[in-house]
Amino acid sequence: MLQLSGLTKTYGDQPGVDRVDLAAPSGSRTVIVGPSGSGKTTLLRLIAGFETPDAGNITLDGRPLDTVPPHQRNIAYVAQEGALFPHMSVAENIGFAIPRQASNRESRIDTLLARVGLSAAMKSRRPHELSGGQQQRVALARALAQQPALMLLDEPFSALDTGLREAMRDMVEAVLREAGIASILVTHDQSEALAFADHLVVMRDARIADAGQPQRLYEQPIDIETAKFLGETIIFEAAIRGGVADTPLGPLAVDHSDTAKATILVRPEQVRIAENGTLARILHSSYRGAARRLELECQSAGHFSIDVPAATSLTQGDSVCLAVNGRGHVFRSR
Amino acid sequence: MAIGEVIEAQRPRTLRVPRGGSHSAIFLAAGITGLLSLLPLLFVLYVAVTSGWDTIADLVLRPKVAALLLNTAALLLLVLPLSATLAVACAWLIERTDLPLARLWSWLMVAPLALPAFVHSYAWSAFAPRFHGLGAAVLVSILAYLPFVYLPVAAQLRRLDPALEETAQSMGKAPLAVFFRIVLPQLRLAILGGGLLIGLHLLAEYGLFVLTRFDTFATVIVDQFQSVYNGPSANLLGGVLVLLCLGLLGLETGLRGDERYARVGTGAARQRRRVMLGRWKWPALALLTAFALLSLAVPILTLSRWLIAGGAEIWRLDFILPALGQTATLAFAGAALTTLAALPMAWLTVRAPSRMQKLLEAAHSYVGALPGVIIALALVTVTVNVALPLYQTIATLLFAYALMFLPRALVGLRTSIAQAPVELERAALSLGRKPVSAIWHTTVRLAAPGALASAALVGLGITTELTATLMLAPNGTRTLAMRFWSYTSELDFAAAAPYALLMIVLSIPLVVLLHAKADRADQA
Repeated sequence: MLQLSGLTKTYGDQPGVDRVDLAAPSGSRTVIVGPSGSGKTTLLRLIAGFETPDAGNITLDGRPLDTVPPHQRNIAYVAQEGALFPHMSVAENIGFAIPRQASNRESRIDTLLARVGLSAAMKSRRPHELSGGQQQRVALARALAQQPALMLLDEPFSALDTGLREAMRDMVEAVLREAGIASILVTHDQSEALAFADHLVVMRDARIADAGQPQRLYEQPIDIETAKFLGETIIFEAAIRGGVADTPLGPLAVDHSDTAKATILVRPEQVRIAENGTLARILHSSYRGAARRLELECQSAGHFSIDVPAATSLTQGDSVCLAVNGRGHVFRSR
Repeated sequence: MAIGEVIEAQRPRTLRVPRGGSHSAIFLAAGITGLLSLLPLLFVLYVAVTSGWDTIADLVLRPKVAALLLNTAALLLLVLPLSATLAVACAWLIERTDLPLARLWSWLMVAPLALPAFVHSYAWSAFAPRFHGLGAAVLVSILAYLPFVYLPVAAQLRRLDPALEETAQSMGKAPLAVFFRIVLPQLRLAILGGGLLIGLHLLAEYGLFVLTRFDTFATVIVDQFQSVYNGPSANLLGGVLVLLCLGLLGLETGLRGDERYARVGTGAARQRRRVMLGRWKWPALALLTAFALLSLAVPILTLSRWLIAGGAEIWRLDFILPALGQTATLAFAGAALTTLAALPMAWLTVRAPSRMQKLLEAAHSYVGALPGVIIALALVTVTVNVALPLYQTIATLLFAYALMFLPRALVGLRTSIAQAPVELERAALSLGRKPVSAIWHTTVRLAAPGALASAALVGLGITTELTATLMLAPNGTRTLAMRFWSYTSELDFAAAAPYALLMIVLSIPLVVLLHAKADRADQA
């Protein structure tokens, strides 16, 4: 269990991380997501011990880490592009944290290689002979070799191609789950964050904006910025009467008690084309293969886009009726 | 072999894919330069073959040569490890710790390059006249040549990805283990390259060791040459010296192996955290201060003393101005000739790499490793035996400079040509230019600033060249270095001082250029 409380780090007059509290239970996969400059990498480096906090403290399984240097923390760190040691072979890289005299050294290296899906023939290769994905696999195997209490991953997939990225993400997730190692992953990619996390932390301007289960954050975010950061939004203001909001898209069940004026979030995928309902005009229609994206203009709900089955005959200029599935989310703050 | 080359060599070189079409004119030009570069080697072979076994046994297998070998070995074995250790320690302190005034120290570490090696030893023999022999030779060599290994090591330290060290730390390695297992192995190429450069200078240097009264092959060869021109003894000792140089080159190549320590990945390196020295700050400052005192303060104070003691009398402008003029003329002409001679090869290396081109490039590069005495001996033998009218002419001297500084010019040109897009050449060709004209108006024009910088490096090298100039210059030639040397040999330190001062002032651009080059190297 990793716990951060009141963690603060300032660079000059720029806050890097500002009064951050966070708990990551053993075996959990925490993802810190945020735009660049939001302080997420700083937070990771504070946990690894590469930076010293100005205030606040970090404990790992009850042990305070304040005075513990990085090499005694047993926290593995996987850097953005793997940071493989260029003067060592793949096997030497993986074996770096395994004592030389360990009798099962070779077999452990073999097991780790297999675990990250690399063949034993790779052992004698040098890092520059590997592809980006292979380098990341070796970096992961190397970090697993030290049997860490916690694994930190700093944008580990950002240098990979889109297709490879998803495969790697699933592989890393599976390996970490099997090994039962708690992990904290930093990314600026919200779809990656939603897919990897069982605990999601959204950072903005050096602070934690919202934290919790990914589904809760997506469906019921704490504020508009978080909602927009995690996906596309339709936002409008409406009065709520009897648990139902009177919205431009028609009456909508919401998760809030009655009030004269509330700010309500609907995700575009909740909107569907119906027999009757609110009228909207198609401004533009573009073909996307599996789906067709319609750009809509709706009185007082503004502009938004929805995906419909590609086989539709709707075209630009047509009018359609819209209905909303599920419930709307009412922002609590402000 | 030049310091720039060592800094460059660590950068993975990207070569253009060879393309069709012949560049016969350019190949021919590079071929001629390459063949001429082989002259010194042919000379050594000629000497070995024509001398006969008996003469060789007579002149080479004798106690004097054994003593010289012993001296050379002692010099190399002491100077190289000490310089490497000192350079790594200083570079680490300056680049990686919170040492105060790091920027200033990094300049002070390179500043000794502004003093030619024989000016360093001049200062020391005036400062401590009783200090001579092996100890003095080792100390002055380290002071004069340390920048050669410091510069590439510091550049490499800045270039290393901080994530490597952080990762190693997170894997449970204490800072000391991280240094020896991650940092030091990646400095290997820089240390080897710088070490080779120092080794070659130790073999080639004449003035420094004469003044510290320490016999090396170079000093003995020049002595013998001056007493019996073109004697077999000097020539055969030259042969041994060439073997030593080739041995060093081979040793470095062998130790370097086929390694490539490039950064893996392309991400921007993060600003690294500097190590807090704490109470070690004072010993660290003491080490750097000691080096600065010995390498800069001693020469400057000694020089100032002689300048003050000499007063106005030593400023014999009727001697100084002609020396300055001759030096400038030789430097300009030599730099221009060398740059032109290197241009075809540099272009071929970047634009049309091939097996033949590699061979030619090797011929261009190896001469830089040969001591000036060897090139001078070779040219004396060739001119005396084959082309007597060229003996002791400016033309021969300039040709010697071109051979000695060819690699220096080649490195700079290669880099600047590689930065000029090949598409422009092709565009000029498609607009109807002939190949050489197309190259001249696009690539050569774009490469001109870089070419000027490397020509400047060559010119500065010529300004302070002593050995070959002494042996080849026509009667009546008196460059700054020659004037300085003749006064110093007569122990007239005061009269020599203005010449030393001028050479130092002229060499300051060299320091600035090299420092800037090392600064840029880490952005590659």
